[in-house]
Amino acid sequence: MNKPIRVVAVFSLLLFVALLMNSTYLMYFRSADLAKDANNRRVINAVYSRERGAILVGKEAVARSVPSKDKYRFQRTYAQPFKYAPLTGYFSFFSQTGVERSQNDVLSGDDSRLFVTRLIDLLSNSDPAGGNVQLTVNAKAQDAAWDGLEALPGEAQGAVVALEPNTGRVLAMASTPTFDPNNMASHDLSDVGDVYDRLLGNPAAPLTNRAIGTTLPPGSTFKLVTAAAAIESGNYDADTMVPGGYEFQLPQSTVKIPNHDGGNCDGKRITLTHAMQVSCNVTFLSLANELGNEAMADQAEAFGFNSTQVEDLGGQAKSLYPRDLDPPQTAMSGIGQSSVTATPLQMAMVVAAIANGGEVMRPYVVDEVRAPNLSVLDKTDPQTVSNAVSASTAAELTKMLVATVESGTATPAQMDGIDVAGKTGTAESSGDRPPYAWFVSFAPADNPKVAVAVMVQSSETAPEEIAGGSLGGPIAKAVMEAVIRP
Amino acid sequence: MTHSGPNLGFVHRPRRGAELGLLILALAVGIGAYAAVGLGMEGVVPTDLVGYGGWLTALIVAAHVTVRLVAPYADPVLLPLVAALNGLGLAVIHRLDITYGLNNETDTFARQQLTWMSLGVVLFILTLVLLRDHRVLQRLTYTAGLVAIVLLVLPFMPFIGDEINGARIWIFVAGFSLQPGEVAKVLLVIMFAGYLVLHRDALALAGRRVLFVDLPRGRDLGPIIAMFGISMMILVLQNDLGSSLLFFGLFLIMLYVATERPGWLVVGALLFAAGAFAAYTFVGNVQNRFNFWLHPMDYFESSPGSGQLVEAMFGMGWGGLIGRGLGNGFPDRVAYAQSDFILSTIGEELGLTAVMAVIVCYGLIVERALRIALISRDGFGKLLAVGFGAVFAIQVFVVIGGVTGLIPLTGLTTPFLSYGGSSLVANWVVIAMLLRISDQARRPAPRLDPVDESVADSEHTQVVKLR
Repeated sequence: MNKPIRVVAVFSLLLFVALLMNSTYLMYFRSADLAKDANNRRVINAVYSRERGAILVGKEAVARSVPSKDKYRFQRTYAQPFKYAPLTGYFSFFSQTGVERSQNDVLSGDDSRLFVTRLIDLLSNSDPAGGNVQLTVNAKAQDAAWDGLEALPGEAQGAVVALEPNTGRVLAMASTPTFDPNNMASHDLSDVGDVYDRLLGNPAAPLTNRAIGTTLPPGSTFKLVTAAAAIESGNYDADTMVPGGYEFQLPQSTVKIPNHDGGNCDGKRITLTHAMQVSCNVTFLSLANELGNEAMADQAEAFGFNSTQVEDLGGQAKSLYPRDLDPPQTAMSGIGQSSVTATPLQMAMVVAAIANGGEVMRPYVVDEVRAPNLSVLDKTDPQTVSNAVSASTAAELTKMLVATVESGTATPAQMDGIDVAGKTGTAESSGDRPPYAWFVSFAPADNPKVAVAVMVQSSETAPEEIAGGSLGGPIAKAVMEAVIRP
Repeated sequence: MTHSGPNLGFVHRPRRGAELGLLILALAVGIGAYAAVGLGMEGVVPTDLVGYGGWLTALIVAAHVTVRLVAPYADPVLLPLVAALNGLGLAVIHRLDITYGLNNETDTFARQQLTWMSLGVVLFILTLVLLRDHRVLQRLTYTAGLVAIVLLVLPFMPFIGDEINGARIWIFVAGFSLQPGEVAKVLLVIMFAGYLVLHRDALALAGRRVLFVDLPRGRDLGPIIAMFGISMMILVLQNDLGSSLLFFGLFLIMLYVATERPGWLVVGALLFAAGAFAAYTFVGNVQNRFNFWLHPMDYFESSPGSGQLVEAMFGMGWGGLIGRGLGNGFPDRVAYAQSDFILSTIGEELGLTAVMAVIVCYGLIVERALRIALISRDGFGKLLAVGFGAVFAIQVFVVIGGVTGLIPLTGLTTPFLSYGGSSLVANWVVIAMLLRISDQARRPAPRLDPVDESVADSEHTQVVKLR
C-alpha cells in the first residue's frame, strides 16, 4: 500500500503548496487592490482609530483625540464645541467637515509633510499619530464674536467674521445656530446617524457655517463697493457733491425708491461722505445707475464677488454680482439689493481690502502645520488675491467710514481714543420676514489691525427696531476691542 | 538480526526529549500569543497570564508524560504541532472575545474553548492509556459504522437537532451544542479502514483495463456508490457542502490506498463531477457559494451574500506580510471570526507570515500521518493513518482554500484553531490514535530468539521466546 500512500503524500503537498501560493497572492499581491476597494472600511476604521492630531487656537486645543477604552481606541473631543464648530467642523466615523476635512491628511498623519514622523513611528514601533493644525484664530476675538451672537435675543441666526487686513488671517469666525461636534464624534455609530439626521432636518440649518456658506443681500454695506467704484472712476472723492433728496426715480420704470428713514438726506446735493454717513439710498442708487452694470460688476469682482477664495475651509458659497443686470436692477444693486448677494466673509473682505490700502488678501484659517511633537512643519504665507482699489481710493473710503462711525449710522462701534471705520446695513428680505442686519468695520482706522463683518439673519427683535447699527455694531466693536486691546 | 520486517537494520529511537523541546517552543507560541493579546489590546500583560499559562503547561505536560509512559516510541512532532496550533487558536479567540465584549456580544468563547481543550487532552490521555493496540479497533468496524450513521442522523431528530445558519449539523444536549459529524468523521475512518483491509483484494484484483486504467467490476461498485449516496444525502439534507466533500474524498483516498488502483479515483472523480454538477443545478445554496467564489465583490451587499468572505479577504489583505499586530485589526468585521474564519483574524493581525506558519503546521501534521502510514506494519494501521491524514488534508484545504478564496466556501472548522468543542475533542482523539499507531510502528520489532538448540532438538515443539 506504500506506493499509493506516496501518491497521496505528493497530492497533499500540491494542495498545501496551492494554499501557500494563494495566500501569498491574496495577502501580498492583491493587498493594495483590496485596500482601495470602496467597500473596504478597514482603511477608514484605521484612520478613525488613530491618534488624530489636535486643532489648536493659541496654545489651546479646540479639538483633540483622547484615549478611549473601546475598539476605536481614541475619542475625538471638542473643548468649546459650539463656539468653534463652524471652524473645526466635525469628525465622525462617516465623514468630516471644516478643518477636520480640509486638514484631514495632516490630522490623520497621512500628509507627506509628516513622512519623517511616520518613518520614526514605524521604526520605533509606536502607533502612528497625526499632526497638529494651528489656526489663525484669536481666541479673545472668537469669544467676543460668539458671546455677541449668543447675546442676541431668541434663537438668533447670524455670523461674524474678523480678518487681519494685511494678511487675510481669519481672527474670528462664528455662526449661530450651530451644533455640538462631540455628538458627531460619538463611537455609538447609530447615535451619530440620528444626530446627523436631526441636524440635517433642522430648518435653522445648524450645520451651515453662515460666515462663509450663507449668501444674503448685503444691503447698505454694499454702498462701500458702490462708493469705491465711483471714486475709482476718477470723477469722485469724499467731498464731491452727489445727489440727495427724498426719492430716486428708477430708470425704465415708474417706481420711485425712498430713503430708508423716509428723509431727504439733509439736502438735494450732499457730499459723498455725508451720503455715506446717513446711508443715503438716493445717492448710491444714482451712482450705480450712472456707473453702469459693467463698472459695478468689475468693482465687485475685484473685491472677490463671483468667485471663492478660501482654500482651507470647505463650504464657501460664491457671493454674486450678476453681469447681466438691466438699468433698474443695476441701480438697485448700488444699495446691495436686486440680485446682489454676499457672505459675511465677502463683506469682511471688502472692508479688510479698504483697510489694507485696496489690496485683497486671501482669507485663511490654517496658520501652521505642526508635527505631533508640535515642531512647525509648514506655515501659510499671506497671498494677495487682487488690488480692488488704489491706495488713495482706500484712503478716501476710510475717511468716509470713520465719519460714519463718528457721527453717522455706525456710532455703536465707537471706541475711546481709537478711530473706527464702519458701515451699517439693513437689507430688505422677501415677503414677511424681518430684514437682515449687517455691520462692517475696521480699526484702528490709521493702522488697521482687524476688519469685521457681522450679519444677523434673524432674531427675535421687532422688525422696526432692526438696524445694522444697533444689532451688529456692539458685536463688531467687541470683536475689534478683543483684538486691539487684549 | 534474525527477523525480517519493513525496516531492516533500522531501529527507531523514542525521541521523547526532542518532543519535550518542541513542546516548550509550542507553549512559548501559545502563552506568548496570549501575553501579546493583552499587550496589544489593553497595553498590559494579562493579569491571569500565570494561571492561564500554568493550566496550558499542565495540560501539555500531562499529555507528554502520558506519551512517555504508554507510547514511548510515538512520533515526536505531532503533539508539539497540535499544542502550538491549539495555543495560538486560544489566544486569537481570546483576542476576539475582548472585542466582542466591547461590542456587547458573547465573549466567553476562549473560556469554553479552554474547557473543551482540557476535555480533549483528557480523552487524548484516556485513548492512549486504554487503547494499547490500535488493531483492537478493527473489531469495531461495523459498530463504528453504525454509530457514525446514527450520529449523522441525529441532527434530524426532533428536540435535539437544530439548524444554524442553514446547515442542519447541530444537536443540543444538556445546554451544549455539538456537531456529531466531527465524531462521525473519526468513526468513519475506523469503519473504512476495517472494511477495506478485509475486502481490498476483491476490490483490487477483479476488473478490466480500459485505456491503461484498470476499471473495477460493476459488482464491486457497491460500497463506493453507497458512500457517494451518503455524501449526497448529507449535502442535500443537511445543506453541508464541506462535510459531504470531506467524507467522500476521505473514502476515495482510502479506497485508492487500499486497492492501489487509480481506477477507483477515476470512478470517484466521475461520480464527484456528476454530484457537483447535480448539486450546482439543483441545490440553490451550492450555486450561491459558487457565484460568491467567482465574483465575491458583486455579492458584497446581498443577503445571502459574500460579505463574510469579502471582509475576510479585506482583512487578510490589510494584514499584509507581517500583519497589523494583535489588537490592531478589525477581525470582528468578519462574521464567525472565532470559528470557520479564524484564519482571517490570524491573517489580519499576524500577517502572511503566520498564515504560512499555520499552513505549514497542518502540512507537517499530514506529512507525519502519512509517514506513520508508510512505516506501519499492518494494513489496518496504514489505512487508519492514511485516513486521518487525509481528513486533515482535505479539511484544511477546504476551509483555508475557502477562506482565502481559492475554492468555493464551505462550512468546516479549522482543526485545533477554530472555536468548536466537538471538533477540538475529536481531533485530540485522532492525534492520540495516530500516536498509538506510530508507537506500534516505530517500536523495535520483537526479536525472535530461538531457545537453546539442543533443547529444541530434544523437544518436538519449538519454543519461540518473545523478548
